[in-house]
Amino acid sequence: MHVVSTLRRSGGQFKHRWGINAARGLASTSDASSKRLTSLLIANRGEIALRVGKTASEYGVRTTTLYTNPDRLSQHALSSPFTVNLGEPSAYLDGDRIIEVAKNEGCQAIHPGYGFLSENATFARKCVEAGLTFIGPPWQAIEAMGSKSRSKEIMIEAGVQCIPGYHGSNQDPEYLKAEAHKIGYPVLLKAVKGGGGKGMRIVQKPEEFMDQLASAKSEAMNSFGDEVMLVEKYITTPRHIEVQVFADKHGNSVALGERDCSIQRRHQKILEESPAPHLDESIRQDLWAKARAAALAVGYEGAGTVEFIFDNDTNEFFFMEMNTRLQVEHPVTEMVTGQDLVRWQLIVAEGGELPLTQAQIEEEISKRGHAIEARIYAENPDMNFIPDSGKLLHLQAPQPTESVRIDAGFVAGDEISSHYDPMIAKLIVSGTDREAALQKLRAALESYEIAGPVTNIEFLKRMCVSPGFVAGDVETGYIQKHHAELFDPQPVEPEVYSQAALALLLQEISSKSVGSMFPPSRQVLGFGSGYPARKFDLVTTPLDGKSTATTTTVQIHQTGPTTFDVTVGDEVFPGVQATMPSPTSITTFYPHTRINSNVIRTPPSIDSSTEGDKIMVFQRGRQYRLSIALPLWHAKALGIKDVANSVLAPMPCKVLRVDVREGDSVTKDQTLVVIESMKMETVIRSPGDGVVKRIVHQAGVSGSRLFGDFC
Amino acid sequence: MSSSTLPSCVRRSFRTASLRSRSLRHPNTTRRTIATHTHSHHANAISVLPTAVDTSSGDFKENARQMDELVEEMKQLHVKISEGGTQKARDKHVARGKMLPRDRVTSLIDPGTEFLELSPLAGHEVYPGEDVPSGGIITGIGVVEGVTCMIVANDSTVKGGTYYPITVKKHLRAQAVAEENRLPCIYLVDSGGANLPHQADVFPDRDHFGRIFFNQARMSSKGIPQISIVMGPCTAGGAYVPAMSDESIIVQEQGHIFLAGPPLVKAATGEVVSAEDLGGGRLHTEESGVADYLAVDDAHAIVLARRSVSNLNLGRLPPNRSGEEILSGLDRPSNLTTEFKEPLYDPTELHGIVGANLRKQIPIHEIIARLVDGSEFAEFKPSYGSTLVTGFAFIHGFPVGILANNGILFSSSSVKGAHFIQLCASRRIPLVFLQNISGFMVGKEAEKGGIAKDGAKLVTAVACADVPKFTVVVGSSAGAGNYGMCGRAYSPRLLFTWPNARTSVMGPDQLTSVMEAVGKQVDTGLRDRIERESRAVFGSARLWDDGILPPVQTRQYLGVGLRAAYANSDWRLGGEERWRERGGRWGVFRM
Repeated sequence: MHVVSTLRRSGGQFKHRWGINAARGLASTSDASSKRLTSLLIANRGEIALRVGKTASEYGVRTTTLYTNPDRLSQHALSSPFTVNLGEPSAYLDGDRIIEVAKNEGCQAIHPGYGFLSENATFARKCVEAGLTFIGPPWQAIEAMGSKSRSKEIMIEAGVQCIPGYHGSNQDPEYLKAEAHKIGYPVLLKAVKGGGGKGMRIVQKPEEFMDQLASAKSEAMNSFGDEVMLVEKYITTPRHIEVQVFADKHGNSVALGERDCSIQRRHQKILEESPAPHLDESIRQDLWAKARAAALAVGYEGAGTVEFIFDNDTNEFFFMEMNTRLQVEHPVTEMVTGQDLVRWQLIVAEGGELPLTQAQIEEEISKRGHAIEARIYAENPDMNFIPDSGKLLHLQAPQPTESVRIDAGFVAGDEISSHYDPMIAKLIVSGTDREAALQKLRAALESYEIAGPVTNIEFLKRMCVSPGFVAGDVETGYIQKHHAELFDPQPVEPEVYSQAALALLLQEISSKSVGSMFPPSRQVLGFGSGYPARKFDLVTTPLDGKSTATTTTVQIHQTGPTTFDVTVGDEVFPGVQATMPSPTSITTFYPHTRINSNVIRTPPSIDSSTEGDKIMVFQRGRQYRLSIALPLWHAKALGIKDVANSVLAPMPCKVLRVDVREGDSVTKDQTLVVIESMKMETVIRSPGDGVVKRIVHQAGVSGSRLFGDFC
Repeated sequence: MSSSTLPSCVRRSFRTASLRSRSLRHPNTTRRTIATHTHSHHANAISVLPTAVDTSSGDFKENARQMDELVEEMKQLHVKISEGGTQKARDKHVARGKMLPRDRVTSLIDPGTEFLELSPLAGHEVYPGEDVPSGGIITGIGVVEGVTCMIVANDSTVKGGTYYPITVKKHLRAQAVAEENRLPCIYLVDSGGANLPHQADVFPDRDHFGRIFFNQARMSSKGIPQISIVMGPCTAGGAYVPAMSDESIIVQEQGHIFLAGPPLVKAATGEVVSAEDLGGGRLHTEESGVADYLAVDDAHAIVLARRSVSNLNLGRLPPNRSGEEILSGLDRPSNLTTEFKEPLYDPTELHGIVGANLRKQIPIHEIIARLVDGSEFAEFKPSYGSTLVTGFAFIHGFPVGILANNGILFSSSSVKGAHFIQLCASRRIPLVFLQNISGFMVGKEAEKGGIAKDGAKLVTAVACADVPKFTVVVGSSAGAGNYGMCGRAYSPRLLFTWPNARTSVMGPDQLTSVMEAVGKQVDTGLRDRIERESRAVFGSARLWDDGILPPVQTRQYLGVGLRAAYANSDWRLGGEERWRERGGRWGVFRM
């Protein structure tokens, strides 16, 4: 053991890979307690399950994956020949069952990924008791860091500055309010057991305190089954900076650089980068040192993240919490350090020593540049990032390269289920500096095409060019602060409508000639202009659900087998030549330019009879969502009723609470129903003043979208 | 035969050949005079037509100018006519929420498919003082849900869609085309019925109004589907169009079917009733059963009609059955291919080749070279009776036998034509006639040679050939030449005219001089009248043809015509005889 550490600490000249191998090999032979892992159960789903499986299989570790009924055909379930069905959608949380599966399948270790059971101390303990290796820190460390109030006590003892606040057990609302007064407004309410922004509320003034407390408690109760709250000082222009730490069983701990995760919506990260922009080197070193101290203070092992709140105004930072798992954004660190952190986890779990020393890590970082991760979510930024779900009708990811990495859990045709987190993929790019990385990120996003559920890709593109973000002026309130700029509606060029209409026409033509005994010649006969143009009414519906839809009429007059005269509003494109090399891609030569687009039409659904068919157009790096206007006769002929006086959920969901009864008089914006979908609570408010005529679903029902009618 | 009996020159060549082969030691590389294999490319070369057109010549340019002018004139006339009725009538029509008839046709046919409109110039300057664009009715061949159909659409912006004599003639012609080609008929009904002031020329005769329903019943009995969409009034006789259809659709608060309208009912019985209550969509779909489907507007009605067509069990190959298998043994070309070559030469050169002066001989090979697939033409008897060019070719992959005038018909050319028609008829190959004929040869020599007898052979062959026939008048069509070259009376499936064409018993000058020679008094305006009456527009307005076509599109028109002829020669329809065998003696009765 001694030999190893000497070699490692003096071996700065080793390339990192050599370093790992040399250290690993010697460590496992010299340490009798270490045990090489040969089989692993991945107790997670989606991209992280695939990510862990990738490293495991690279080193010949047999992996067993788990799936639930809705995940039967998901990529992680298909990735390994050893896979076990857990049944119910919530079964990823059933620790006892998973331990049993691991035993039955002969797995030596369990990798919990992130989320689910990854920070469940009880689960970690039970694993150890069952003779399994839990890939993560000792359960005691999880437990210590899992409680916000306890973790702060430990940190203060270890000399890490914490944010002023009340973390006590007195949960009397009046008492908490008094504590808030002591700290000074604005204050932050947080669930002690919480995480990921759930059960968290900002209170600007004393009058709001009680309402926000109740709301935070209810959300915490639903999410974690615990409503104990803490009160903290709220920093006005905070940044979220976290440090990736690693510790082994031999008392070594290192910091693998920091990540700035300030760009957040709904208190959840969407853009993460390393190194943190505009951070003084001395502060950076201080952060790293504090993070390592924090890890040592709890006897940490494996991968962890120490999160700090950084006050942009004062350059102070405060310990927030420690996440005792591998995080979603770990690839950013991998990119800037050139390390495989899952590999590191396995080494630590096997009892090995950390592959690199702090000095070696810093050398690696100095050789590399900047990395940014963008999380691709099925969510609607225009409606406050509300999650979306549905089938991925079309998915075309950028070409992965040395500097462009995609960690995805889905492929085209997969379903984004409302049972789980709506993250589709992570796109990580690196460049020599921040500017270069951002430019690459933007280019990669422009070639990232997803049709089906609404995604945040368009929003992310706008972030990439948002001047403040480009300048590195990040803060957690960035999106709210720059809302006007980020959500300023962008004009749609006439060529977009033209491409969509041409694609619709050509798709129709080719579908009609399939199986035809005598395919038509597609000539235009006769003198003059022949027959009238065909009209396509395309509707752009703003995704915020409030602004009015605009209808654009495209007239297409076919003049030959592949030639058309196209009119969009006042714009006329004569003699365009359009062909579809594949059922969804269209290439058109306009008088002025060539345009290639992908046009994807959503398959008909029950909704399409009321909302019209949706079309998604991907053109020149932008995505457009259009729909085909319904013909005038539709409503009349099909007897569709006006839905303005009905309350519909914006997505498939579960009804948590119904606040009104039939016959109640309600006023506009009064709370009617509280729903939950994708682990998020949403309040459905009254669209106007009126009387509740019918309540379609009561609390506990899930799946449907219509709640009630008004009169 | 020993070498000594051969002429010395041959013997010499034998010797040299053997010497050469020995010296080269590669006998296979010797150039052989007898080839046991000819590459197909080389074989095809004998059929490829050459061209002698010089596009830079003064003649060509002058011809092109003349034809361009005619075509431009035609364009303007067609565009004007395609507008339909007066602006006022059209505005009123649209204000009622109705679609204009040409919009109806456009939305009825499959996108990206052509519509072959028949006789758009019908009624043009036929009724003095009355403008009846397209005869108030639009007819044509179009593809609906993959099925080639005959579409008949009343234009109610023209005189309320009432039937002039020309309207009746055009409607019946469309039905005749449909019956011959077994095309399902879709009637877009929006008509006030017979045009009363013209009732004598509309109502009583064999080929008058009543014949429409006779045709519907007969076609239905032959398994040719009849579908109607009632988009406006269907009064009196008109009521039978939907009532005699296999399926009918009616637009609510717009389409009305009744034997007598509200004013007549009031006059007859004193009963006061609204049109909607008397014969509206709800009544007919819910109570009387005269119509089958209720539509809320035109667009909806068209969607319903398209759905009906998609259920005709036509037009699509059943899964797992190849076209060959289905169509084997049927009256269908065996070597039909969907992959075909375009002509080698630019069809736009036709203008410069033809011009407008019919005194100039039209080099007919140049026209054929711009009509047929790959410009390949297997000419039959090329050196015999060369004033009639005959031969085999393909148009859009369909095999055709072409007969084209290249001068006056002599005895030799006539019998050659008869011979060729017999070949095609016995091989089930459709015939295409390219007419540019001033007549059979006259004079003592010709009569002595039996031109009347030989001409009769050609006429007989044309009349009796039971294959699809198509005629294009590319120049003049005069005298008995019109008969021998499959004029209107010889029932070509379709007959089209080029803008430069002239159709008359003889040229205006000859006719005038004949009349001067035999007549007692001189008709001063005669020459000009004959001149006017022989023009393409005059004939097309009276339905002597199925329309004037742009010369450059001749190939496309023939392609559509050929497709229509074969589109429904499907086992599910079967021949007429087959239908009768299956007991289909009656049309579909509306229950």
